[in-house]
Amino acid sequence: MPKDGGIGASSKRREDVRFLTGAGNYTDDINLRGQAYVHFLRSDVAHGTLNSVDTSAAEGMPGVLKVFTGADFAEVGGIPCGWQVTDRHGEPMQEPPHPVLAQGKVRHVGDPIAAVVAESREQARDAAEAIEVDISDLPAVMDMKEALKEGATKVHDDLTSNLCYDWGFVEENKGAVDEAIKNAAHVTTLELVNNRLVPNAMEPRVAVGDYSRGTDDSTLYTTSQNPHVIRLLMGAFVLGIPEHKLRVVAPDVGGGFGSKIYHYAEEAFCTFAAKKLNRPVKWTCSRSEAFISDAHGRDHVTKIELALDADNNFTAVRTETYANMGAYLSTFAPSIPTWLHGTLMAGNYKTPNIYVNVKAVFTNTVPVDAYRGAGRPEATYQLERVIDKAARELGVDPIELRRQNFITEFPYATPVAVEYDTGDYNATMDKLLEIIDKDGFQKRLEDSKARGKLRGLGINCYIEACGIAPSNLVGQLGARAGLYESATVRVNATGGITVMTGSHSHGQGHETSFAQVVADMIGIDESMIEIEHGDTANTPMGMGTYGSRSIAVGGSAMVKATEKIIAKARKIAAHLMEASEADIELKDGQFSVAGTDKSVAWGDVTLAAYVPHNYPLEEIEPGLEETAFYDPANFTYPSGAYACEVEVDPETGKVTIERFAAADDFGNVINPMIVSGQVHGGLAQGIGQALLEQTSYDADGQLLSASYMDYAMPRADDVPFYQVDHSCQTPCTHNPLGVKGCGEAGAIGSPPSVVNAVVDALQRAGHDVTHIDMPLTPSRVWAAMQG
Amino acid sequence: MYAFEIERPSTVADAVKLLKQSDENQALGGGQTLIPTLKQRLAAPEVLVCLSGIDEIKGVCTDDDGRICIGGGTTHGDVAAGSGAYPALVWMAQNIGDPAVRNRGTIGGSLANNDPSACYPAAVLASGATVVTSEREIAADEFFEGMFATALNEGEIITEVKFPVPEKANYQKFEQPASRFALVGVFVAKFADGVRVAVTGASEEGVFRWTEAEEALGGNFSASALDGLSVPADGMISDLHGSGAYRAHLVSVLTKRAVEAA
Repeated sequence: MPKDGGIGASSKRREDVRFLTGAGNYTDDINLRGQAYVHFLRSDVAHGTLNSVDTSAAEGMPGVLKVFTGADFAEVGGIPCGWQVTDRHGEPMQEPPHPVLAQGKVRHVGDPIAAVVAESREQARDAAEAIEVDISDLPAVMDMKEALKEGATKVHDDLTSNLCYDWGFVEENKGAVDEAIKNAAHVTTLELVNNRLVPNAMEPRVAVGDYSRGTDDSTLYTTSQNPHVIRLLMGAFVLGIPEHKLRVVAPDVGGGFGSKIYHYAEEAFCTFAAKKLNRPVKWTCSRSEAFISDAHGRDHVTKIELALDADNNFTAVRTETYANMGAYLSTFAPSIPTWLHGTLMAGNYKTPNIYVNVKAVFTNTVPVDAYRGAGRPEATYQLERVIDKAARELGVDPIELRRQNFITEFPYATPVAVEYDTGDYNATMDKLLEIIDKDGFQKRLEDSKARGKLRGLGINCYIEACGIAPSNLVGQLGARAGLYESATVRVNATGGITVMTGSHSHGQGHETSFAQVVADMIGIDESMIEIEHGDTANTPMGMGTYGSRSIAVGGSAMVKATEKIIAKARKIAAHLMEASEADIELKDGQFSVAGTDKSVAWGDVTLAAYVPHNYPLEEIEPGLEETAFYDPANFTYPSGAYACEVEVDPETGKVTIERFAAADDFGNVINPMIVSGQVHGGLAQGIGQALLEQTSYDADGQLLSASYMDYAMPRADDVPFYQVDHSCQTPCTHNPLGVKGCGEAGAIGSPPSVVNAVVDALQRAGHDVTHIDMPLTPSRVWAAMQG
Repeated sequence: MYAFEIERPSTVADAVKLLKQSDENQALGGGQTLIPTLKQRLAAPEVLVCLSGIDEIKGVCTDDDGRICIGGGTTHGDVAAGSGAYPALVWMAQNIGDPAVRNRGTIGGSLANNDPSACYPAAVLASGATVVTSEREIAADEFFEGMFATALNEGEIITEVKFPVPEKANYQKFEQPASRFALVGVFVAKFADGVRVAVTGASEEGVFRWTEAEEALGGNFSASALDGLSVPADGMISDLHGSGAYRAHLVSVLTKRAVEAA
């Protein structure tokens, strides 16, 4: 029976009422008295020497308050990178400076050169056109392999080359892996591209900087997934403002997908300029600007080899990946192709020997960082594609080949440094085959044929590392921050509860699902609980939301804080009922004395805490408010199996997705409806990557797909009605809720099944096509069919 | 956008007068291309002459020759609603953009812009329609002069388009995945005196008639009549959505489909 409240109930998303009725409060809804507007003049060339920026004409334009250039930021720091990767030889990565406004050179189309602050947005824009910029064009560094050749033009003149790092993982495995591949009965090799994506959150980025001359306090309102991280990075590393003088507020945020994790130059600018001008300064990103200033995702070029023995057991995996960093290192960029990618190369399989090599490369493109899945989609895609290719080469069933190599005993320590706590990959595969109705495929294939269409079925598995992350572990791996989470549970006198979480909700539904957890623990109605997030002034220092971490890490902190609340409330209840604390039971919001009919209600206890007339003051303090910080012991490992059925029009190459099924193991599930919604959204983005989203630069570094006229986002009619299931549950063993996280699974798991399905369709029709690079646009599929 | 003045005349004569006052004045139809262009500051007209207040260029009727006559200021949505006698034209109009576009964009605006990927040029050219302007009548074959180029003079406004209704017709649109404009669109119209095939989206010269296919279909209006026929890939648009060869291939595929569906 479905529950009607608490953990496991499909409670309706309470936040949707305000989102759907236009009552949300997004950053662009914030307008402060005396607010000025900034317009950024951005480079329209990909690479060049910045000879001069003449702002004199612009300074005199109507409404202009000040024109800033790189020189104005000489006194402050650059945009910091939050992760240092150590290369194969034990050396730190090359880390170039990233000025707030360009200094000396421009390095990608969109690189901000100058910023005009004026009384109105249009005046700022008018004045920006009057700035005279003299740039000597340099050759654009675009191709990663060319960029690493001797004598290649350098993106950063002060670095020794365009190589950020050459990372080997696990370096000690390399010899054994090379040997295993040499001795293999069969080796399948696949070269592929994981296509660059533009994140395209529905709400573009916005920043409003404010400064109080009276108190010397700065406030930044910004579209962020992690306001505390912005406060720390911007305050400590860029502007030198201590945390107690800096407040960062991320109110309602309309989607992030990773792109709103990072600290961006525009945020630092607005905060800096507000103080300089003693005026609030607002920036609202246009969609065109977002294409060339939001950090992009993916962009890997990979060669993967899978070795098998004579019995088709996987014996080794060896990969070589070129990972595009873009022109500068975005906040988490170095960690994505390494620690969020290399550590997942075992997938769901007991391959004994694995070696991953990643060369991170600077190019004259928009910086690349985490995008929904972040490293794990890249790992899953190459692994699940090469397994499919191997099955075809060996003439074996791709499902059986996977099953034969599944990890079946847990905990399982992979050769790439992580330990999976739980999982049941056969269970999710069994469930998948049921919900995709694999037995009916042959009939559907015949139906497609009768309509002149090709049909194919693609399946794949995935595993991800979520619940990011154990701080001591990531510290060893180069993270420059902890990745715990925090919560304060404030019980009010009449029993209502305000939870202040360090997690941030930008579409995930935390206000609903977090409330369900607390309601369940105490046995009170969800409506008595309010979840607050996003304001550093009233939430404990937290690390925000990304990496499917909120319920696993933030939820755990909230559980710990709530446990403290309940423990204290039991003491109060024991006092009120003159009973022993050991005899106090809490059920349905009532404290009772075991074996008696004595009880007090939740509200009686909370009132006593704040009106302590009859209270054990010698034993405990008044009040009922607790804070907890939770640092996970391990990552969580959601896993699953996905299936895609496509039709291909043999005359045009157009692919349509006819069926898509996802069987996920997320451990325990708090709100099944929200989880399904998260999977649906992830699938749409994964299908978008597989079929539609094509980020295309020309040789000069101009972004050709710079608007929705050329960049295809998935629309409702591009995706089918999904079959999703999360009934296979192997609870996480190391967090109190047994949850694993569900935010990224759909985007991680879906691209390989789409491509596997298209290759299957073409091969069934007799085409000798073993791979097509994403996105599988009609023209690419047609070209592949032409041979 | 840059600052501009806006005028909203109520007659064609007043609109023409305003447009002829300066080369910097610009007619505004439904604004589905011009407004985004202004927002990107890629155009800076002094005066926008908004045609939406001119009732005499709105609506759909049938003339004595049985032609469907569509006012230049008629929206795609109203074209679809009012052209029931010409189902292929209805389908074409119904599949332009999304409801917001169809409720604002106009047939006259689309034709005057002559986007190489727009749908209307294919319908007008395949139908052998007549474009009526504030100055004259222009046959479809004389109207389109290449990408974004037409026979219109400065200050000349499309007031009406007269479509002869074919015996059979069909429009096949293969959508560019992002914009959903026609990557290639083929409009086939069969009249008593012959077949016309117009192709949009494909050529660097804009909409064109595929005369070889017209001749083949004139003798035998069936898809098999097109076997072995193709347009050369040279001169076809080649971009990130498809090569010239792909577009040339689609011309053949879509023409056959249009004949089969007509």
